Amino acid sequence: MGSLLNELNKAYKILGVEPGLYIRFRYKNEILEGVVMPPYVFTDPDIIVVKLKNGYNIGVLYSEIKDLEIIEMKKPEAGSISSEKIVQRKDLPKIIVVGTGGTIASKIEYETGAVKPSTSVDELIEAIPEVLDIAYIESETLFNILSENMRPEYWEIIAERIYNYMRDETYKGVIVTHGTDTMSFTASAIAFAIQRKNIPIVFVGSQRSSDRPSSDAALNFIGAVITAVKAPFAESVIAMHHETSDTKIAVSRGVKTRKMHTSRRDTFRSINSRPLALVDPFKKDMELIEKEYIPRSKEEPILMNGFDKKVALIYSYPGIDPEILEFLIEKKYRGIVIAGTGFGHVPEYMIPVIRKAINNNIAVAVTSQTLYGRVNLSVYQTGREMLRAGVIPCEDMLPETAYVKLSWTLYRTDNIESVRKIMLTNYVYEMNPRLTEDLFLR
Amino acid sequence: MSYRLNYDEIGLRVGLEIHQQLDTKTKLFCSCPTSLAEDPYKNAVIIERRLRVGKSELGEIDPAALFEFRRGRLYRYLASPSYSCLVELDEEPPHPVNREALVIALAIAKALRSNIVDEIYFMRKIVVDGSNTSGFQRTAIIGLGGYVETSQGIVRIQTIALEEDSARKIEEKDNIVTYSLDRLGIPLIEISTAPDIRSPEQAEETAFRIGVLMRLTGKVKRGLGTIRQDLNISIKNGAKIEIKGVQKLELISKIVELEAYRQYRLLQLKNILLEREVPREDISLDKLVDITDLFVNNKNKIARFIREILEKNGVALALPLKRFKGLLGFELGPNRRFGSELADHARAWGGVGGLIHSDELPKYGIDEEFLKEIFRRLSLSHEEDGFIIIIDEREKVLKAFEAVIKRIHQAFEGVPQETRAAQEDGTTRYMRPQPGSARMYPETDLIPVKVDEELLKEAEKYVPEPFEIKLRRFVEEHGLSKDLAYSLIRSRYIALYEELVRKYSPKISPQLIASTLINTLKALSSEGLDVSQLDEKDLEEIFRALSEDKFSKELIPDVLRVKIKERDKNVDEILRILSIKRISLEDLEKIIDEIISKSSEEIIKRRERAFNIIMGRVMESVRGKIDGKIVAEIVKRKILELLRSSGQ
Repeated sequence: MGSLLNELNKAYKILGVEPGLYIRFRYKNEILEGVVMPPYVFTDPDIIVVKLKNGYNIGVLYSEIKDLEIIEMKKPEAGSISSEKIVQRKDLPKIIVVGTGGTIASKIEYETGAVKPSTSVDELIEAIPEVLDIAYIESETLFNILSENMRPEYWEIIAERIYNYMRDETYKGVIVTHGTDTMSFTASAIAFAIQRKNIPIVFVGSQRSSDRPSSDAALNFIGAVITAVKAPFAESVIAMHHETSDTKIAVSRGVKTRKMHTSRRDTFRSINSRPLALVDPFKKDMELIEKEYIPRSKEEPILMNGFDKKVALIYSYPGIDPEILEFLIEKKYRGIVIAGTGFGHVPEYMIPVIRKAINNNIAVAVTSQTLYGRVNLSVYQTGREMLRAGVIPCEDMLPETAYVKLSWTLYRTDNIESVRKIMLTNYVYEMNPRLTEDLFLR
Repeated sequence: MSYRLNYDEIGLRVGLEIHQQLDTKTKLFCSCPTSLAEDPYKNAVIIERRLRVGKSELGEIDPAALFEFRRGRLYRYLASPSYSCLVELDEEPPHPVNREALVIALAIAKALRSNIVDEIYFMRKIVVDGSNTSGFQRTAIIGLGGYVETSQGIVRIQTIALEEDSARKIEEKDNIVTYSLDRLGIPLIEISTAPDIRSPEQAEETAFRIGVLMRLTGKVKRGLGTIRQDLNISIKNGAKIEIKGVQKLELISKIVELEAYRQYRLLQLKNILLEREVPREDISLDKLVDITDLFVNNKNKIARFIREILEKNGVALALPLKRFKGLLGFELGPNRRFGSELADHARAWGGVGGLIHSDELPKYGIDEEFLKEIFRRLSLSHEEDGFIIIIDEREKVLKAFEAVIKRIHQAFEGVPQETRAAQEDGTTRYMRPQPGSARMYPETDLIPVKVDEELLKEAEKYVPEPFEIKLRRFVEEHGLSKDLAYSLIRSRYIALYEELVRKYSPKISPQLIASTLINTLKALSSEGLDVSQLDEKDLEEIFRALSEDKFSKELIPDVLRVKIKERDKNVDEILRILSIKRISLEDLEKIIDEIISKSSEEIIKRRERAFNIIMGRVMESVRGKIDGKIVAEIVKRKILELLRSSGQ
């Protein structure tokens, strides 16, 4: 416990108290009792945090503490929601839950006074016992990280694990618990890394941590379990709240989905596409929305793992400095995804440096900041010059998806023309050739 | 009948928790306004949510939270963009705490001589009845200790907390509870006193004193629902009972009186149970007897609602209660019996409509003959025993009985600790088990706030001035007599007075406001009128009308008289009743001329001394229609004119 304290927590040192101690002291005109709590990161150095008998924490200046008595050591045990043992039903379809962390697996951590991933998959299942009526659930915790710390190397580890579970052939589906920040990146990575999937891979997370009564974790997770068991498709999908109400869970394609809100439950929106299905977590049924999908394959899945780490995703803007691309060229980057303005444009003065990049055998893929709609470089002069320089216009692909796909592609080929061919091949519905009227902001 | 007891003898202890909304520009954790929607459905988006029990950091589950969770309810929120944003919807983390609210709360803590904490930590208090979209209320202790003086002694303050108000319940139907989000997040100050209060009257006075003090900051909200009291009441050998949601100050002493009585009677009931040697172990779920067939056989007799339940697959289960004769009907308060207490538990835990107990029969079409049949079936004696019947779907009935049996067992111990809800008539009903401290864990989305000099200095400007200074100000600045100022400060109208002066002075002089609130009301009271009928809104309405020259100050007592008797009438209607129309100066002069000319001989005889007589006569016909000062001036002038013209 001492490790929770650092040189900034002067007050604790001066008083000689440690988190977990039950103390009694005189504070101004009052006699107080309570448990010493670990300081938060923002706790003032002169302050110790005490949890009073009524449950409240207060911060007290060490200099105000008089007649300090240490009563006993109280160990706060990390308990579980019930001591009842989980009873699994072997007759139900078997699924595997792979834990990587994120808010869905988070709870309060005193050190920072913030939430951090620390709940194991088993604890999650224990807290949501409803899922035990839907599936026989095995679990494995791979990482416990917030998804802003996810890396392409980790995608590769996740892909490898999932591929192994797929080859086992006894699982009906895979669930990956994941932070929401970069969930669509990982979901896209898995979409490309395992081809000819035989079962669905369902990414699930939450926008409100599981320790709060209003958490969206439970419904999202139930939705994910139903999807893993029932989905006719074998794609890499994201299962999260369809709307702010606790009604349905939307199952969307990882490659066509984007986190569109910093905090809302229904942050994941299908862009240039519609959700594959809506799940009712109360009735435990699934309504298929999209008729075109990749079905569960009868043949063995193919692992095409590996992502090139020398790929950059850059945003174009008025005044963008060509030096940024010069830097990437100099640093021997192999691919650049540009999120251009409008149809996919960059300022005209950027064309020479783009040409230079391509001449240096760097693949330059173009997407749009508007997210909605298709890149088109034939309409305006600048676009045509970009095309002439040799950029790859990525249709209606999301910038993040294009980034993941380009990393994946460059791991497999050096040849710029092959890269173009792969980038423009629709492997997992990452591009939608038909943008219909209903597919915009609703 | 009176339910008063000797409170010293029974060892009454009362503590208060007072919740007062602060009058800030925006909410505690977002930038939404702090007003309520007139029509919560207007422009409202409807959001549906469910809540699950959260674990506290120590891994315990709060009993109150578990109770609500087991009810499995759906919460529907009315979210109008004019009154709420994503923060209230639990779709955006809280913004940093509203500084204005913090400053006001600190000012109140100072005024109560509380010790202000050095660093403020917001906590999450688990509340899963849906009244908070997050499933918890954000609350922080800002002050510890302090006291308030009452005529019956000092009452200590334990804690002062700053917290967010909950959502406003609009309706509850079929397991769906609808809330409006307009109220959620309005800053509240919660003041908890020690259990130092020893009588119903002292409880009310304490609430009143604290209420006045908060209002004197000029920064708290007013009106129904802006201040709410919870009461903690116990007697010797009783239990600390928490009573929630008292909105009217006048109800406090009644509730304390009735709760003390209830606990006192429950202790008597315990003694009777022990004296009678009621076989406690026989009161259990496995003793339930299915008597559905008896009801089916008697279906032509029984009340329709029972028949309807039975037709919908309902069952009638009975719990035999040996040596219970008269105990289910044992009185615990006005229209409250031990049976009603058990029925509350059955409703709360089983979701059934209620229960039938032997002491209330014959009733519901269960006649003497049917009653005998039931006693016979349960092998009970009509003269000594009792029973309870619950009729509903089997599962609900069993849940209800589980709660009822638990409650009966508690009766052998005395008074069970629980949270009760206040009713309009001053009685209370079982609401839920009492929450523990397991319901509290840190609010992780907010960083601690260090209480520094700057914050304390800002707070200083809202700290109400001490009474001595107030007294001097009233005398020196408002021109009140010392006696009047003193009476005012001790009266219930002190806060109202300050607000009226702020609004209507100098148009209406502070002296007039003070003497109306103190002297006029006292005079009316000695006429035998019930001035407590007037609330502050009524009084303010009268001053507003006065400031708009709708009537003159002489008429205040008349207007008040009518208002006391007919509270639903507004000032305009009252003036119509008094048939007061203002008269013009021209008309006034005409009236004065007429009276003077009729009395000219008298005036010439008495000279200036005639003024009072003439003035009296004029006032008789113009009272209330015009300011007496103006009348006096004209009368004086006219008399002088007459005297001059008469050449004397």
